[in-house]
Amino acid sequence: MANPSAVCNGHLHHHHHQKQNNLLKSGIYKKNGITKGMKKNGVSNGTLYKKTFIEHFEQAPMYVAVLTFLGFGVGTIFGYLRDFMRAWGLEKRNIAAEREEQKDFVPLYQDFENFYTRNLYMRIRDNWNRPICSVPGPQFDLMERVTDDYNWTFRFTGRTIKNVINMGSYNYLGFAETDVNALKTVTIELQKYGTGVCSTRQEMGTLDKHVELEKLVAKFLGVEDAMVFGMGFATNSMNIPALVGKGCLILSDELNHTSLVLGARLSGATIRIFKHNNMQSLETLLRDAIIYGQPRSRRAWRKIIILVEGIYSMEGSIVRLPELVSLKKKYKAYLYLDEAHSIGAVGATGRGVVEYFDMSPDDVDVLMGTFTKSFGAAGGYIAGKKDLVDFLRTHSHSAVYATSMCPPVAEQIIRAMKCLMGLDGTTQGLQRVRQLAKNTRYFRRRLHEMGFIIYGNDDSPVVPLLLYMPGKIGAFARRMLEKNIGVVVVGFPATPITESRARFCVSAAHTREMLDTVLNALDELGDFLHLKYSRYSKSSHPELYEETRLELED
Amino acid sequence: MDIKSTKSYLYWLYCQFELITCSYLMEPWEKLLFYTFNITMLATALYTAYVFVSAHLCSAFQFFLHLFGNQHENTVSVVK
Repeated sequence: MANPSAVCNGHLHHHHHQKQNNLLKSGIYKKNGITKGMKKNGVSNGTLYKKTFIEHFEQAPMYVAVLTFLGFGVGTIFGYLRDFMRAWGLEKRNIAAEREEQKDFVPLYQDFENFYTRNLYMRIRDNWNRPICSVPGPQFDLMERVTDDYNWTFRFTGRTIKNVINMGSYNYLGFAETDVNALKTVTIELQKYGTGVCSTRQEMGTLDKHVELEKLVAKFLGVEDAMVFGMGFATNSMNIPALVGKGCLILSDELNHTSLVLGARLSGATIRIFKHNNMQSLETLLRDAIIYGQPRSRRAWRKIIILVEGIYSMEGSIVRLPELVSLKKKYKAYLYLDEAHSIGAVGATGRGVVEYFDMSPDDVDVLMGTFTKSFGAAGGYIAGKKDLVDFLRTHSHSAVYATSMCPPVAEQIIRAMKCLMGLDGTTQGLQRVRQLAKNTRYFRRRLHEMGFIIYGNDDSPVVPLLLYMPGKIGAFARRMLEKNIGVVVVGFPATPITESRARFCVSAAHTREMLDTVLNALDELGDFLHLKYSRYSKSSHPELYEETRLELED
Repeated sequence: MDIKSTKSYLYWLYCQFELITCSYLMEPWEKLLFYTFNITMLATALYTAYVFVSAHLCSAFQFFLHLFGNQHENTVSVVK
């Protein structure tokens, strides 16, 4: 397929016109005599996916699951022992407890519920909430802290650990930077507007910056209108209740983010869960919903909305958008796509999963995303048809009650988006997107070759590396920090109990040397901690095998 | 040099044991308790094996020998 973004003399032509021309040239199949500009339904080869969609979810050998449960079993036994000692006064209690006078009242703190937190999480707590003291770019500085009583309290030694390679921050395009030239416009806006807005959107908090930003977001995504909010989590949790209510049906993916789950529960609609990225499961649910209607009255559902994410941050999997859109059209449901991790990170020009699959943004009813991950700012947006956005401006809880985005942050998003679209006259944006894609492919390929179990799609910059055993979670994070690499490890409540993992976020700002440092450290640590469980690892030197074959043929 | 690599291999095995059984996360007194329990259990198992298993094996061997021995005599008498 011809590359639609032509770069000429370092200046980027606006590629919309060119893309349309290319499509018309390649001969779009006309449906009912109407050619829709960007739509690619019924393209000549007839398949839904235009490029290969490879996802890995390899299962570890059985002994790993057995040993994981063994580890949790030992931890649980010792947890009971410690709780017993705490209850009988043989050990000091460090958690919240009621006062003596309140012992006869209804208990405030149910001891058993926090069993896991008290007995397992506390032992490895030093790997989370590490305070950083620099910009979270490709390298950052950490404040060193030590604990005297096994992680119940910490104290800072006063030293900072400098230039730790950052494999945990959501800095996909590298816009978290402190370069003075890059932040020139942000500084100007800061001096012009100050930092606070001191009002909500509906009262006196709509600034010209917000209007400018919303127009730019709409242009970037190729939709009619957009609305921005100050906080990404609040965008989901406050706007879903505005869109659906009682009598509506929400079909939500198994592994959706907490903000989507919270928004769905707040709305009061009926929620049904389908298996992760499984379109057969979704189709079954859709058919049942339409055939049987609402539970007791058997009336038709007022609305059926499907909640999915672009990239799932714990799995690294990408949503199966083409199948999803064809399903939604067949059963006449609405689609809400949360592109928190995918906007800016996938797609040929960084416009998210809609562009990654070469689809039109008209196919998705509600496009939602956040500016936290790829744009180095904070906040979220909802984009779509003008009617939808106008409705949300009046009916969203966030618009009525939440403080609007502050102007310097809005300016940071504007400059990042302009850079991505090429409107600032350079090709830096496109270079960042391509660098991210290159880094992602390299990192994932090397990790597969080394023999680790990696989940997710080959093109997703979120790379979860499976650790499985609870003892290894703490060991992995601590040893990586000793090697000056900062990683994020995730354990039980956020992931299934046997599948704890380390999650790497590749960034466009990472150089090849940084990635190689990290990969060598991972290789060493993988051998020491015995993490290379994959049974399908490819050889890292295929050319050697080629040579021997040639010799034999002689 | 061989001793060194054996030592480091044994240390690596010990580290694996620590990680798998979560004793890496335990405080020193908990580790002491855990290892004492494990070593006691292992010692008891080995002692039981030493005392009883060989006696059981011997008697089982005798039983099977007796069984096959009888059969052999019977076949010899028929052929005759």
